This record gives sequence, C-alpha cells and structure tokens, in this order.
Amino acid sequence: MKDSNVNGTLQIARTQEMIYELRVQQAMTKQVITVEPENTMADVSRVLGENRHSGMPVMKGEEMVGIVSVEDLVRSFREGNSSQPVKQWMSKNVTTLYADEPLVHAVQKFERHGYGRFPVIDRKTKRLVGILTKVDIIRCLLQHLEIDFQDLEIRRYIPREWFSELDCDRATLSLRYHIDGANFEKAGEVSSKLKRNLQTLGLAPDVVRRIAIASFEAELNLVIFTEGGELAARVEPGRVTVTVVDNGPGIPDVELAMQPGYSTAPDWVRELGFGAGMGLPNIKNCTNELKLESKVGEGTKLQFTVFT
Amino acid sequence: MKLREIIETLQATIVVNSHDQEMAVELACGSDLMSDVLSRLKPDALLLTGLITPQSVYTAEMADVRVVCYVRGKKPEAETVRLAEERGLVLLSTTLPMYESCGRLYRKGLKGVSET
Repeated sequence: MKDSNVNGTLQIARTQEMIYELRVQQAMTKQVITVEPENTMADVSRVLGENRHSGMPVMKGEEMVGIVSVEDLVRSFREGNSSQPVKQWMSKNVTTLYADEPLVHAVQKFERHGYGRFPVIDRKTKRLVGILTKVDIIRCLLQHLEIDFQDLEIRRYIPREWFSELDCDRATLSLRYHIDGANFEKAGEVSSKLKRNLQTLGLAPDVVRRIAIASFEAELNLVIFTEGGELAARVEPGRVTVTVVDNGPGIPDVELAMQPGYSTAPDWVRELGFGAGMGLPNIKNCTNELKLESKVGEGTKLQFTVFT
Repeated sequence: MKLREIIETLQATIVVNSHDQEMAVELACGSDLMSDVLSRLKPDALLLTGLITPQSVYTAEMADVRVVCYVRGKKPEAETVRLAEERGLVLLSTTLPMYESCGRLYRKGLKGVSET
C-alpha cells in the first residue's frame, strides 16, 4: 500500500512536470472545423451540432477574423434570428495560443479566461494551425502518462539488484531455446520469447531492443540455412551474451558473409522478405562484441555480447 | 502524426486495433525487406510493408514498432493477426501501393528514419 501511495504522488508530480515539458502543438487537434463570416448562424448551429463542438474559428480565406461559440449562438437566437451572418455575432477579439508554447501557458489561459477553446497559431506565419480544448490537454497528458508508466513498469525490476541479493560471488542467469531449421512459420518465436524475458528482467528498453534484433537475425539464419540449433542467452551483471550454435552446413567465407548486401539466400527466402545480406551486418551493428566461428560441414557458432 | 491521421491519409482499414487512435507516430519506414527495416528502424515508427507473414509482426516487435500498415490491398494471414493481437500491435491495410502510401504520409509531414 505504501508503494502505491508513493507512485500516486509521483504520478501527480509527473503531470505537473509534463505540462511544462509538452508543447501546445503536441496536444492540439490539427484538423480545425471553421466557418466563414458570411455564413449564417443557422449554419453555425448545424456545424457545431454535427461535430459536437461548442465553438469554432471564423475564417476569411487564410485569415482568422473571429471565433463563434454556443454562447453567441444562444444570444443570436434570443436577440436576433438564425439567418443573420456569423460576423454580426462572433467575438472579434480572439485570444490565441502559439503552437510552440508550453502546455502550462494554455492551462493558465483556460483558468484566466474561462473559454472552452483556443485557436492555435504559428508564431512566425501567424496562420491558424490547430485548436486546443481542455479535453485535448487531458488526452495528451494521459497518453504521456501511459508511456511513462510503461517505462516505469519495465524498469521496476533491476536485475543487478536481485542478482546482488543472491548470496554468491557472481550470479549468472541462462536462458536456452531450441530453434527448428526450415520452419519459417515459427521463425521469430524464440527471439520474441527472449525479448519478453529480458523485459521482465528489467533491462533497459534500448538494450533489450538491440539484443532482440540481433537474436532475430541469428534465429532467421538458422531457420533459412541450417537444420536448426540452439540459442542461449547468458545474463550477468553488466552484460548479456547470446550464443547461437548449429550443426551445419557452415559458412565457407566468414569475411564475405559479414559484408553488407552479400547473400547466398535462395529465392523463396527473399520472397519472404529476408535474405538481403543484412543479417550479420545488422547483428554487428546492434552488439558490442561479436565472434563468429564456422567450419564447412561441421557448423557455426555465433556469439555476441551487449553491455547493459 | 496521430494514428488517426495516418488512417485517414491512407484511407486504411483497421485489421487489429490495440491502441488509441490519438497515439503519436513519430516516423515511418517502407520496405518489404525485413533486415533493411531492422537495420534502420527506430522505436515508435510506422512500418509500411507488403510482407504479410508472421515475420512482419516479429520484425515490428523486435524493433519496438507499434503500427504496421500493409500496402497494395494485402490482408495479413490469420497467424499474423493472432500474433499482433497478442503483442498489442496495430495492423492496418491500405489499397494504395507502397510509393503512394509513403508519398502521401511524407507530404503530410511524417518524417523518415534519416531525418529523426
């Protein structure tokens, strides 16, 4: 219970931080529904009703000349008639926001003016680029909170911590998987499982991603070229080492195989979106250390390490 | 660009819907070659591809991509759909060919991998 309270406080503080970090353009709705000054109030009534909006900018060509809201509409129905033009009832002094302003300015303006929406304009061109309502702000904050929360969940278990709690000089966790050769239907399954396990262990998202991409490429190599083999990941403080072993046929020229674009993949593999000769170069790019040993007729051992 | 705007721009149909349509997508990449995708693609991108096998979903998963759109009117295989649902991905399908799909999104300001 204590933990959840701490998290609750964290989340509120984070929301406050967010309204300083996020910009109006990240929260605003870009597609703005507008009317022209010569349109009638009956048009306004229909457009607002159809779109369930409570107000919209009035545009004369590219220029914003006013804003018309439900309040104006009610006033026109009470004091005038619905065939009168928008320009007669709209508010001409429009308070706007700049697209690059921090969201906190928008929150302050909502509090100060009590309006339901603010047109958003570009600071340089002064052109209308969007519209911002309180709902837009809430939606934007919730989205970013969700992203933050996911990151927090991933980071919750830090392997270093529970490794260090184990009473030994050096703890190592080993994850082993069998990979079927020529079974393209399942190609990717092992890397998918490995990735989720590494996420559970709380490794940083970037580290997990690099290990996952390298493993996926290695797994595909086994599926495409071999009868199958084994993939083993060794997780220890500071590094993850993945070893992929197969029983043949082996790579005749390792140096050539490492060159980007070099491929011996058959056509059926290319049709499936692979075999572009980028597998081993990709693995190299994603990892900190790479060792490739191969003997034709015996097999290949690929070992790569990512520092954590 | 928001997911909703991508759907509108490509006139795409939603095959698997695991996210809010207000979700932000920062960049896109179009390729049928998965290794090319894996070597370049950054997290939170949109992947446009003609490859409808389960490997399109595995590729997205490995690269932390949450939205895949199949071009040229292709519909993903049943297994592909199942994997995407299990992993919380968004799958879209558009009848537009690859070049036009990329062009329309780029014109609307969705950046490519070299620009982000």
